[in-house]
Amino acid sequence: MFFLNVLTSGLLSGLMYALVAIGFVLIYKASGVFNFAQGSMVLFAALTFVVLNEHGLPFWAAFPITVLVMIVGAVLIERLVLRPLVNRSPNTLFMATLGLSFVIEGLAQALFGSDVHQLDLGIDDMPLDLWGLQISTFDIFASAVAVVLVAVLAVLFSKTRMGISLRAVADDTLAAQSIGIRLPRIWQIVWSVSGLVALVAGLLWGARQGVQFSLSLVVLKAMPVLIIGGFSSIPGAIVGGLLVGATENLADIYIGPLVQGSVSTWFAYILAVAFLLIRPSGLFGETTIARV
Amino acid sequence: MTLHKTLALFGALLLGSTSLSAAAHAADHDGQQLYPLLSYRTGPYAPSGIPQWAGIRDYLTYVNDVQGGVDGVKVFVQECETAYTVERAFECYERYKNGYDGAPVAILMGTSSGFDAAASEKVRADKIPLVTNAGGREDAVDGSVFPYQFPLLFDYWTEASIVVDYVAKQVGGYDKLKGLKIATLYHDSGYGRDTIEPLATLSKKYGFEDIEIPVPHPGEQQQAQWQQIKQQAADWVFFRAWGVMAPVGIKTAARVGFPADHIIGDIWTGSEEDVRPAGTAAKGYLAVSVFPSGTDFKVSQTLKKDVIDAGKGDLKDQSKFGSVYYNAGLVTAIIYIEALRTGHKQFGDRPLTAAEGQWALEHLDITPQRIEELGATGLLSPLKVTASDHEGSPAAKIVQWDGKEWHAKTDWLNGDRALFHDAIFAKAAAYAKEKSLPAREAATN
Repeated sequence: MFFLNVLTSGLLSGLMYALVAIGFVLIYKASGVFNFAQGSMVLFAALTFVVLNEHGLPFWAAFPITVLVMIVGAVLIERLVLRPLVNRSPNTLFMATLGLSFVIEGLAQALFGSDVHQLDLGIDDMPLDLWGLQISTFDIFASAVAVVLVAVLAVLFSKTRMGISLRAVADDTLAAQSIGIRLPRIWQIVWSVSGLVALVAGLLWGARQGVQFSLSLVVLKAMPVLIIGGFSSIPGAIVGGLLVGATENLADIYIGPLVQGSVSTWFAYILAVAFLLIRPSGLFGETTIARV
Repeated sequence: MTLHKTLALFGALLLGSTSLSAAAHAADHDGQQLYPLLSYRTGPYAPSGIPQWAGIRDYLTYVNDVQGGVDGVKVFVQECETAYTVERAFECYERYKNGYDGAPVAILMGTSSGFDAAASEKVRADKIPLVTNAGGREDAVDGSVFPYQFPLLFDYWTEASIVVDYVAKQVGGYDKLKGLKIATLYHDSGYGRDTIEPLATLSKKYGFEDIEIPVPHPGEQQQAQWQQIKQQAADWVFFRAWGVMAPVGIKTAARVGFPADHIIGDIWTGSEEDVRPAGTAAKGYLAVSVFPSGTDFKVSQTLKKDVIDAGKGDLKDQSKFGSVYYNAGLVTAIIYIEALRTGHKQFGDRPLTAAEGQWALEHLDITPQRIEELGATGLLSPLKVTASDHEGSPAAKIVQWDGKEWHAKTDWLNGDRALFHDAIFAKAAAYAKEKSLPAREAATN
């Protein structure tokens, strides 16, 4: 039963990782760029929400205002950072997001300070005994949120005109532009949706550890998830998250004592490297075929 | 006038004005004592840093503005942002180690474990005394081997014995420790691993089971570790966290059903910033405290009147006044000023050099009477440093969080330092042998 408890809690933690990873996937799908600023966006969104909340705004008011702030941020990022770099190489765009992450982190600290904020979403974080398994209600809630988010995004990408446009842009930016798809609008939308995902991830992580600067470091957990699941697949992010969460929990318990230290941080990366060797595009990622 | 001539004239004027300004500037802080403050107001550890710098700056402001300086010598603070990174701390150190604007450095008060550990050989070469309050390497207490390092006030080995002593008192005596399980959940770093050896010694002596569980940095996931604690049926947990690891651990403990009042946090796991984000899960949580919180100390009241209310304070968020970290900064500043006073008695009322700063630290004696005069009774424990003992008399209180504030559960506890004395000094001797360090003559002064 102890093994099952460790496995289950690992799987549930993995869903929390997946929430962060989904933000990366969205932007990668739309532009082929690894958005290094996703962690900073998680921090900025959660800080905005919690500060509004502390100033007396209830959840139902603070949430849409924060979403609005993230949309404005997405439009500004598109206008000031991405638009001048249209048709540049993915490496250039990646470097731009690297710089962007420092700007967002600095802005977040300048506007909201460096304090640790308590965030109470009103969901109990106490264990429930389900057939001998100790599962927190908060974990169940976070899992449900992740599942709903994935379902909504899956519909968005496969059934809507916007989703199909987005996939066209990801496949071939120039070809998509030539048939009338407006690249700036697509980027604004996808960065906005990514901002919304960052807010959801920030709230769930913030409720657990407090809203503070280290939220931006959660991205380190998303890296192996993305490598394993594939950079362009939302279901891949979920499966990758589950794999990473479960294996790192089990590794800490069963391998950690053998090496007399914690192993979870690097164990997830070992797993990721193994995947890179066997399946470089990840479990669900699209295999890139390039003419050389 | 041609463009070239115009540019040449402009360049010459610029160079001239810069030189004049530099010459005038160089004399600006002559006769003052430089305090290089290697701060971190940005980055993940800023919440711990900001109140500390305020505690330091407010006390120094009080000394400068109200007392007219330390025996007439003003303290000149130069703050340098490190974001808690070792490389930036080294940049700051190099910038200020030889003084600035005519003001010399007598003592460097360390601000991060990473830099303090990395700078060990650097300060030896530069002959700059480095104080690491309640931290640093434990073998540096041996002043004959580490003449320029001063791990004042407290060490993690003594902390381990204080925790075991407290648990023994709760269960009815040391004889009742046999068979008890004490788990130590530690940040998997040099700081976190520091208590493994003393706890093994204590476990051997008293017969309790010592369970050691590491948590990888930064510690935002601890479900597996707390489930392990639960599975092994630990009776008490000694929780040695830093930063985000603290609130996550306290909340995870509640999630697996481990009682908060059986968790004893380390001195860096016992601030308001550690417990508030954990909400109700932290109610009843215990911690070892070298820097008791509160605003009732006389010195705090003086600062409130002369610095805070006068609008000269460094805190933007006034609710941090009297917090654990604010008081940690206050204690740091008090020790620094008392060391300067000690030096002035020997060398005269003037800015001290690093060599004189080292002498002052090795003759620092803050007695209970002096603490009373300073208005710091209850805030600071008596401290007597010698050339061979660079720590003084380690002491800490056990405090408990009631959901709103900390309350002292004990008076100053000293732990069983004698138990570790030989082991610590043997480590220092082994270090001296490994590095082929010559015997230090000054240790006898």
